[in-house]
Amino acid sequence: MHDRGGWPTDAPIDRSEHELADWEVLMDSLVGALGQEGVMNVDELRRGIEGMPPNEYETAAYYERWLYSVEAILTEKGVLAPGELDARLET
Amino acid sequence: MSLHDHDHRDHDHPHEPLTTGGEPVAAARVRALVDLLVEKGVVGRDDVRQRIDWLVSRSPSGGARLVARSWVDPEFRQRLLADTRAAAFELDLDPGPSPVVIALENTETVHHMVVCTLCSCYPKALLGPPPDWYKDFPYRSRAVSEPRAVLEEFGVHLDADVELRVVDSTADIRYLVIPQRPSGTEALREDELAALVTRDSMIGVAIPAVPSPAAS
Amino acid sequence: MYQRGQEVRVAARQHEGHHRTPAYLKGKQGTVTRVHASFLNPETHAYGKDGLPEQALYLVSFAQSDVWPEYHGDAADRLYVDVFEHWLGEAG
Repeated sequence: MHDRGGWPTDAPIDRSEHELADWEVLMDSLVGALGQEGVMNVDELRRGIEGMPPNEYETAAYYERWLYSVEAILTEKGVLAPGELDARLET
Repeated sequence: MSLHDHDHRDHDHPHEPLTTGGEPVAAARVRALVDLLVEKGVVGRDDVRQRIDWLVSRSPSGGARLVARSWVDPEFRQRLLADTRAAAFELDLDPGPSPVVIALENTETVHHMVVCTLCSCYPKALLGPPPDWYKDFPYRSRAVSEPRAVLEEFGVHLDADVELRVVDSTADIRYLVIPQRPSGTEALREDELAALVTRDSMIGVAIPAVPSPAAS
Repeated sequence: MYQRGQEVRVAARQHEGHHRTPAYLKGKQGTVTRVHASFLNPETHAYGKDGLPEQALYLVSFAQSDVWPEYHGDAADRLYVDVFEHWLGEAG
């Protein structure tokens, strides 16, 4: 799904732009800090994104894909316990 | 992660589902994730803050300075093309974490355009964060297979005798397009030249223009 | 192993899992235009391995008309892509 070069599409290029929201800057910065600490690298980030279910990949916003990947990779590595973040959000 | 049911055929940017507060659901989740990881000692709060400061300080002005200097100083231009990271350090610019940055020189006969079809690789230290369209599917799909049509959408018409080189950055190298200096700019200072160099011209989807007299 | 100006062909193989050779390029023939340094192998680095040994990386240039059967541009237009050595073979 991520390998998009040459895919047929009639979609025009939407040139509207948006300034990054605080949470997006935070997400980007978290990934950088995880890389700096040697916890998770950019290849793992990309691999995590590529592992998204196709319909989620298509509809998620850019930094939502990063969030998905970081959660998946850190859970895989045992840094996060399954459901740990959900539990925190519910409290 | 929650999703939404309506389709996206009527617009191109995927959007985040909204809470009543107007922020997407993901926002709170990201903040909670950061808090959790900081509490666990996985990352330091200060490290995250430093990165935030770095990211928000990024803009196309770094790239524009490199281009403007290359327009007025032919020897700098050669150094820029030979080793772009070193040339950035000469101007006290941060070229970013990529081990190699390569400047692609546009000429009368060659025009470069950069894309990352697989994700969104981009020289953000020198250009700031990439625009949404660069990260979205239509550009990633069409830039490699119908680049001239994409350029027309951006308002750029290339003559048939100009060779169009599309660069798909798939690995560790980051690419920066060095657009041609517009004619009629002989009297401009270097900082005035830098103001002509747009972010889009350093991606390769725009050509710097001379400001009309009314604008000065 | 490959040199500037050398004709190479991108491997046409399938690869399960993370890799950075775009599908549209597989099986295509091009010319090495730059010999980059070597870098960690993303195919293993993406799975918690150290990514060693580093793999040589090349900027390979392709005629657009060789890549896309119905390319509607100029005959001289080209596509440049960074490809790792283990995805390349000698062409010809």
